[in-house]
Amino acid sequence: MNILGLSAFYHDSAAALVRDGEIVAAAQEERFTRKKHDERFPEGAVRYCLEAGGITTGDLDAVVFYEKPLLKFERLLETYLAFAPRGLLPFFRAMPQWLQTKLHLPREIDKGLGGDYAGPIYFSTHHEAHAASAFFPSPFDEAAILTMDGVGEWATTSWGVGRGNRIELRAEICFPHSLGLLYSAFTSYCGFQVNSGEYKLMGLAPYGEPRFSDLIRRHLIEIKDDGSFRLDQRYFHYCQGLTMTNARFHALFGGSPRKPDEKLTQRHMDVAASIQAVTEDVVLKMAGHVRRATGLKSLCLAGGVALNCVANGRLLREGLFDSIWIQPAAGDAGGALGAALWCWYQEQDNPRRSKREDSQRGSYLGPEFTSQAVREELDAVHAVYEVHAKEEDLAEEIAAELAQGKIVGHFAGRAEFGPRALGHRSLLGDPRDPEMQNRMNLAIKFRESFRPFAPAVLEGRQSGYFEMTAESPYMLLVAPVRPDRRARRAPGDDKRQGFERLKSARSEIPAVTHVDHSARVQTVSAERSPRFHAILTAFERRTGCPLLVNTSFNIRGEPIVHSPGDAYRCFMFTDMDVLVVGDCLMRKAGQPRMPGAEEYRRQFLDRD
Amino acid sequence: MARRRSFIAELFDFILSNKTYFIAPIIIVLLLVGALIILGGTKAAPFIYTLF
Repeated sequence: MNILGLSAFYHDSAAALVRDGEIVAAAQEERFTRKKHDERFPEGAVRYCLEAGGITTGDLDAVVFYEKPLLKFERLLETYLAFAPRGLLPFFRAMPQWLQTKLHLPREIDKGLGGDYAGPIYFSTHHEAHAASAFFPSPFDEAAILTMDGVGEWATTSWGVGRGNRIELRAEICFPHSLGLLYSAFTSYCGFQVNSGEYKLMGLAPYGEPRFSDLIRRHLIEIKDDGSFRLDQRYFHYCQGLTMTNARFHALFGGSPRKPDEKLTQRHMDVAASIQAVTEDVVLKMAGHVRRATGLKSLCLAGGVALNCVANGRLLREGLFDSIWIQPAAGDAGGALGAALWCWYQEQDNPRRSKREDSQRGSYLGPEFTSQAVREELDAVHAVYEVHAKEEDLAEEIAAELAQGKIVGHFAGRAEFGPRALGHRSLLGDPRDPEMQNRMNLAIKFRESFRPFAPAVLEGRQSGYFEMTAESPYMLLVAPVRPDRRARRAPGDDKRQGFERLKSARSEIPAVTHVDHSARVQTVSAERSPRFHAILTAFERRTGCPLLVNTSFNIRGEPIVHSPGDAYRCFMFTDMDVLVVGDCLMRKAGQPRMPGAEEYRRQFLDRD
Repeated sequence: MARRRSFIAELFDFILSNKTYFIAPIIIVLLLVGALIILGGTKAAPFIYTLF
């Protein structure tokens, strides 16, 4: 039975194909259209999923959408009514789109699928889709489930239990009380974009002191012992306006919101640290309650807040649960996968057998290109490349370049599903190089220099560098660098504040150590990614270091590269030294000139 | 193309099963205003004017 899951029309539209309970393919539309967070019907992703499954739309047995539009519409109307006459402007802005498109999803889905599909269309609820994406692919037979995000229909947070082939959501917190929206409100206040800048806020937090935490707890959010919470709506504007916060909020934090191009000050860093601390507090309290209420030892997480890997890492270290599994596509894109799995297990009642390793398959569920397709694309742009038919030779060659301080773009195998690049669409570098973070941020990614990079480490070796023994294949857990790997504090280090702290030596792997000595770890196994594992092994053989910097293959504002052509353009228009696509290796020095760098950067930077 | 239930039928079911009766007048008004705007741009415009 072929089930197509869809998420679309809000942000991060995506498609996923599940066949008899097995995840065949999943991809986010932005990769195909090259428009970040693309919300349109995922035509490219659907086409890819069907191709990967070797089927056409006529072979689909069910299509599932990741939320219930009428329930969401009811929430919108009720909210507008509650705040009327305020909110008239957003109401009139939203209604045409609802009346034309969002209320007619069966018609829109039929249209998007080209009119060849005559089967049923199911609608899961938003949080059922998140919960399904968290539990069904997990390695657990039974587990507690916690989903937290901005908002779906009404629910913003829910918890429940997954057992065998069933999920049962037992409690929820409803709009407008939302941990995701609270975090987004601060994201917007600090001058970053809602729905995409939350990472930046999390990366900014370690530079600050959480001196506003008490203020947030006193005025904005009332947190109960079980982790449930209420937001004081007098400080927010998202129910009735087009902004997240209002004048009362700004007065509380001593200034108006930061403009995107304005300098980041210590106050912004402190605000970021404060909301991060409060978020962690709520997540821990909720998880504690879920642990007590269910008595279960394993936890599954999904929803946008589950991408807060700092909070996830803390949750793991607190030891509330023996093991935690987090859906790598925890945001709305993952809803497509969850919806399809929900239909197969929950709706169709098919048996489920959990796997030791999980059934997400390393999240390498996206498109891949054959050697021939790679060469055709590279030839079309007149790339000069050498072919390495033997995998071991190629891994050695890449490791040799990395050991010389080169930055390598690596494009191989199936693309990752979810926001993190896990070695198949990655930029790699030497984590021991003190200049690597700055070089990668400014010369390759063209992004803010304060943002940290993540380490990929050979599985089983993580405890040698980090205070962490659990595996973290999806880069969703932050752990502290071990004290014996940290650098000695130099005189004057204590006096450094804000971004000045970047100048202090932090550890023997400075490029992947944040200023608070934390790191967002990815553990790499040979089973999940043989090529990436071979590169790490070869790098360790040469240098004694089983880690590499691993960051997504894109520049700021650009979706992660999709095709070999995208990879080549990104390589040519940045200061990347080496590019590997499949079995082809390219060095910058040997390439013909390629005009258009400025336009390339501008088209993406303008959107960030 | 598959035969699907109409939006109005779906909405009617939703309102009844969720007891969200307040949605009905809002939808009716929105549809009427929408129809007026659309018809206002056609040859029917003078007749609409006489209605008021």
